[in-house]
Amino acid sequence: MAENSAFAYAPAPESRAILDLAPSYGLFIDGEFTEAADGTVFKSVSPSSEEVLAEVARAGEADVDRAVRAARKAFTSWSALPGAERGKYLFRIARILQERARELAVLESLDNGKPIRETRDVDLPLVAAHFFYYAGWADKLAYAVPGWSPKDGGGAGPRPLGVAGQVIPWNFPLLMLSWKIAPALAAGNTVVLKPAETTPLSALFFADVCRQAGLPRGVVNILTGYGDAGAALVAHPDVDKVAFTGSTEVGRAIARTVAGTGKKVTLELGGKAANIVFDDAPIDQAVEGIVNGIFFNQGHVCCAGSRLLVQESVQDELLEALKRRMARLRVGDPLDKNTDIGAINSAEQLARITALAEAGEAEGAQRWAPPCELPSAGYWFAPTLFTGVTQAHRIAREEIFGPVLSVLTFRTPAEAVEKANNTPYGLSAGIWTEKGSRILSMANKLRAGVVWANTFNKFDPTSPFGGYKESGYGREGGRHGLEGYLDV
Amino acid sequence: MSSASPVSSAPSPVSTAPSPSSPAPTSAPAPAPSVVPAYAADAPGRLAGFADATASANALRRFLHGLPGVDAVGLEARAAGLGTRSVKTTAKAYAIDLAISMIDLTTLEGADTAGKVRALCAKGMHPDPTDPGTPRVAAICVYSDMVAVAKEALAGSGIQVASVATAFPSGRAAHSVKLADTAEAVAAGADEIDMVIDRGAFLSGRYMDVFEEIQAVKEACARPDGSRAHLKVIFENGELATYDNIRRCSWLAMLAGADFIKTSTGKVAVNATVPSTLLMLEAVRDFRDATGVQVGVKPAGGIRTSKDAIKYLVVVNETAGDDWLSPDWFRFGASSLLNDLLMQRQKLSTGRYSGPDYVTVD
Repeated sequence: MAENSAFAYAPAPESRAILDLAPSYGLFIDGEFTEAADGTVFKSVSPSSEEVLAEVARAGEADVDRAVRAARKAFTSWSALPGAERGKYLFRIARILQERARELAVLESLDNGKPIRETRDVDLPLVAAHFFYYAGWADKLAYAVPGWSPKDGGGAGPRPLGVAGQVIPWNFPLLMLSWKIAPALAAGNTVVLKPAETTPLSALFFADVCRQAGLPRGVVNILTGYGDAGAALVAHPDVDKVAFTGSTEVGRAIARTVAGTGKKVTLELGGKAANIVFDDAPIDQAVEGIVNGIFFNQGHVCCAGSRLLVQESVQDELLEALKRRMARLRVGDPLDKNTDIGAINSAEQLARITALAEAGEAEGAQRWAPPCELPSAGYWFAPTLFTGVTQAHRIAREEIFGPVLSVLTFRTPAEAVEKANNTPYGLSAGIWTEKGSRILSMANKLRAGVVWANTFNKFDPTSPFGGYKESGYGREGGRHGLEGYLDV
Repeated sequence: MSSASPVSSAPSPVSTAPSPSSPAPTSAPAPAPSVVPAYAADAPGRLAGFADATASANALRRFLHGLPGVDAVGLEARAAGLGTRSVKTTAKAYAIDLAISMIDLTTLEGADTAGKVRALCAKGMHPDPTDPGTPRVAAICVYSDMVAVAKEALAGSGIQVASVATAFPSGRAAHSVKLADTAEAVAAGADEIDMVIDRGAFLSGRYMDVFEEIQAVKEACARPDGSRAHLKVIFENGELATYDNIRRCSWLAMLAGADFIKTSTGKVAVNATVPSTLLMLEAVRDFRDATGVQVGVKPAGGIRTSKDAIKYLVVVNETAGDDWLSPDWFRFGASSLLNDLLMQRQKLSTGRYSGPDYVTVD
């Protein structure tokens, strides 16, 4: 690790002083913070230290009903507002998010375990960018649907659906919130959002941002709670649209619940993305892309490049460079500004990663991790590489959702396509080559919602995101992201 | 983590970094750089394994164009990412002292006089008269006609005299003139020669001409006693324009015998940049992996602040590693950087910012 170096970076912790954390938080329903109907609470802990950050109300079925009714009531006036007026609220929210970016970055690092350099440099800028982007769409909805133009005159324009029930995961709490809430509000819907039980806090701070922005009561409602609250929300008869990001397993259950109800649904589920490196790739930048693809956010990324497909002729060279680079990753305190890899989000997730890594070893793949001292408290997993992996290994099939990279090889472009597509998932893929024509031909053959070329894990609000097969359906982001919230 | 001093095996002349809580150190002066630098010994094996690559002009072209490409977006993103490292307290003290010891304090003006050069030499020996614990700079860099003056002024200090040669900065002169320029500088006592490559030849694809010229200048660095001045090869990256060119030029220079590769002359619009220095560090790292020969890197031009210098050191640390964190293997070509480093150094020891009048003009 870098600590072995003569040039050891002294600790550079971000101050927590900017964050005013209360001992307990309620549900945010109809513009007010309120206790759960049955008074139950749960604790949110910091995964890097296991410190209890705050107590949070646990929503039950009655709370879900209350929140949906509040959203329904607010829908009437919110959807009747001129688009430009809704846009003003969204712009205001975006600006407040920028003003409070440091506070929210610290909170997100504490509650999620991800490094401050990612919350500060990636999450928060993107969160604000999503609100800015969809704020711009709010008064241009008539142009959001291809083939329909107000000039045509015929038929009604695109209209909001009503109440959106949204359930988001713990890997990018605020970013997933912005992906869900920004387009929903821009389109004129009202929302009830349930954040993950391990990362409820930033959503509650967002509720405060909504109040600060003067958003009308009931337009945004936040229900902190467990899976039962999410299930109740999805099943609620007065919810018109369901949006979920999370595991494929839960996604299936949601699809079953929603089937036949007439609710619109979008699902962003798991992935097992192939990151394909050809022998003419820019090696040093490919190594950076591989690292960013799998170790960004501790590998807690549904579109992570968790399967490295490397052309056999450059395998040795590439792996040597990759190991050298991995030995430079700094694992530790997420609030240290020099930390590259933070804590695993929860004990359950750590157990799952550990079990899958053990399965990799048991099935004969070679495990490697740089020498790396992990903190004693909290949940940690060293960045790990498996070589000698084949398509028949579990670690090549199942989503690990942790900092574990499986390395497979190929000999020809056709074989790379075949292996890359041979997965139940289809969310993302990466191609590394200096040859432009190969990028284009590969991108056409890969069954993945996003194909990055000579880069990885790049996000932008203007770019639609979503997957094939078990990675879900529907798209978020861009103009496409609006369609999921509009009745066309 | 607690100690910011260099590891004992490092050949660095850097003094132990002062603890930020202690007053200005009044300890003995920093040790002078080793008189015989641990420069790349001219290993006979330098070209072993690459003999085919330099066998003909076509072979050399094929070799250079067969190097891995550089993705500009990815390279610049990596450089920017390293720029966000937060270097504080002990690490900052270490970095500042290391940066001072890596400076080639430079005056390359048409108006240079013997007096100006002597003043610069005095500054290099005693960068901060208020604190004898301040490390000395690595070298004083002058035009070849000033070498004798600098050599005399620096006698016994251990500071190297570097001279730009080969029709610096344009490189536009007859081959014989370039060699004569070099030989004169060496004869006058230059320890190090900073040569410029013929960018015109490089850009028109005449790689073998550039290769042979570097080899010839290296020959011209020889002294009667068989030793040789240390050769730094300047690319002028701003004129090479593409990152692919910079990687090719790095390998070309190293194969031809460069002891150091240097970004630029400091005389054009685009001089040292963090991405191009990062790229050159990757090249020297890969070259050592392939040949066992270590080559140094010198960014030059436009590096003016401590913050910038520390960014470069972070890039060295995380790209080539510890082995390059020494004035023997990494230099800053700079004239105004030193005073900012000194002011930051005073800030760390006193807790207060002073001002430009608390450091010497030169």
